Amino acid sequence: MTTDVVRVSVPRASGGHDLRAIKVVLHREMLRFANDRTRIVSSLVQPVLWLFVMGTGLGTLVRGSIPGVDFRTFMYPGMISMTVIMTAMFSAGSIVWDREFGFLREMLVAPVSRGAIVIGKCLGGAVVACLQGVIILALAGLVGVPYSPMLILTLLGEMFLAAFTITAFGVTLAARMRNMQSFFGVMQMAIMPMMFLSGAMFPLANLPSWLHVLTTVNPLTYAVDPMRRAVFGHLAVPPRVDAMLNPGVSWFGHRLSVPLELGLVAAIGAALLGVAVLQFRRTD
Amino acid sequence: MNTAVEVRGLRKNYGEVEAVKGVGFEVAPGEVFGFLGPNGAGKTTTISMLCTLVTPTGGTAHVAGYDVVKQRDEVRRNIGLVFQDPTLDGYLTAEQNLRFHAELYGVPKEVLGDRMRQVLEMVGLWDRKDSKVMTFSGGMKRRLEIARGLLHSPRVLFLDEPTVGLDPQTRSAIWGYIDKLRHSEDITIFMTTHYMDEAEYCDRIAIIDHGEIVVIDSPEALKASVGKDRVQIQTGDDERAIGLLKERFGVDAAVREGQVTFAVASGEEFVPRLFAGLGVPIRSVSVSRPSLDDVFMSYTGSTIRDAESSGAGNQWMRARAMRGR
Repeated sequence: MTTDVVRVSVPRASGGHDLRAIKVVLHREMLRFANDRTRIVSSLVQPVLWLFVMGTGLGTLVRGSIPGVDFRTFMYPGMISMTVIMTAMFSAGSIVWDREFGFLREMLVAPVSRGAIVIGKCLGGAVVACLQGVIILALAGLVGVPYSPMLILTLLGEMFLAAFTITAFGVTLAARMRNMQSFFGVMQMAIMPMMFLSGAMFPLANLPSWLHVLTTVNPLTYAVDPMRRAVFGHLAVPPRVDAMLNPGVSWFGHRLSVPLELGLVAAIGAALLGVAVLQFRRTD
Repeated sequence: MNTAVEVRGLRKNYGEVEAVKGVGFEVAPGEVFGFLGPNGAGKTTTISMLCTLVTPTGGTAHVAGYDVVKQRDEVRRNIGLVFQDPTLDGYLTAEQNLRFHAELYGVPKEVLGDRMRQVLEMVGLWDRKDSKVMTFSGGMKRRLEIARGLLHSPRVLFLDEPTVGLDPQTRSAIWGYIDKLRHSEDITIFMTTHYMDEAEYCDRIAIIDHGEIVVIDSPEALKASVGKDRVQIQTGDDERAIGLLKERFGVDAAVREGQVTFAVASGEEFVPRLFAGLGVPIRSVSVSRPSLDDVFMSYTGSTIRDAESSGAGNQWMRARAMRGR
């Protein structure tokens, strides 16, 4: 025993070391996701219910006013974002779980920057949410959305960005939480209104002005709208119906471009990431 | 590096409460150093400051030659930690937990396989490396944590109550590993405990009570310094017995752990005189050589168990110190 001890010398802090830390935190998220089939199934139930039950039910009601478009087709991008948001929030919530079960401490006492851990976590949330979103993408044909490679790639990119930002938001929330129950309580409280006001469930055209203001302030709106525009760009929709279902987001009568919307989502994500890192940097 | 741990006037306040009131000590490289004290004495707060988890209110501390406040990452690279509460991911296998740790600590990939096998074999978990940690018993988890704490060859290994809540067999196994470690690796071990019998494995002990170090010395020297045997008796009337012990024998006694307890130079020879002269019915008597319990009692004025029951209200301090950041 005395002679054959394998000696390890741990390197000094470097970018490469932080990169390894980001990768391993991300890797753990993937392992956890792959091992948890109940979670994969349960986070699909809600969007599928909305899409096929609510979508079909409401669809019969509004069929007359949107000729040529299935209401479920309208809801489809909304449900992609819903799946992504739910999955991303769950990933972020695992930080609270890690704290309760002590594993967070293992990460926080390691000689790596807090930034690396938080970035790894957010990337993990984003990748896992995209994997979950792929299942919804596979359902496209059922609601009349074509399987165009370009559309799929665009949606995947937009999903990734949205999921990253939502995970960063969730991590910021989770940084101060001590137990899962309160995290899920707060999460419901934050996510439900944001979902309702994002255009995921109903079009944002011709709304009363108070509701219009709320939807414009809601950051999620800017994550959902690019997905809807991508889907509608691959459909043949009469202009009148397109204006009603896919009005975009306007500031002072000016319609925002997709890159600007995505830029906003990215900026919010980066800001939330910064806040999350700061929160984890504080010590007692 | 002349000292593995060097602490000067280290303090920590939580609001009005002084959890640690200016402690100072040095630990030499290769030493097994124990912090002994009841729960709530400030052991965990001190260890948390040394591990950079808690920022001190005042004083300085160097671990492996680095300042725990100014050179946090250097300190972290050079220490291994085993906490009281598990910090493993139960959904991952033992090996995955170790790999996660290795990546976070930047262990070079070329040596990782060999090193992992070595630490897992040391704690007897090599054949269980592919099992999920959630299937492990409490003792196995603690052993895995020790293996993980050693994975990156730390210069100082911190063990916070390493055997608390474990069965006697696992406890002695863990002491076996620690003993093996000090011979096989170039490592300093800093541990806390409130088990007197375990403190005897240490080279030196610091007795800590109410946030202050009362005495630091080797277990043998501490026991020798007490010099007297401990006598505990059960009587028909404890109060009268205490009064009479003072009056007739000049001995100061007090009720400890429900028995009249006192210390005298030669316990066995004292007992016959006691029966002849006390005048209060004695139901049982026990005489013990000075143990660390007596050391603790002679330096702090209470037994460690009595101190624990009165210090229970300090548990929240530990909760604060260990909150995970």
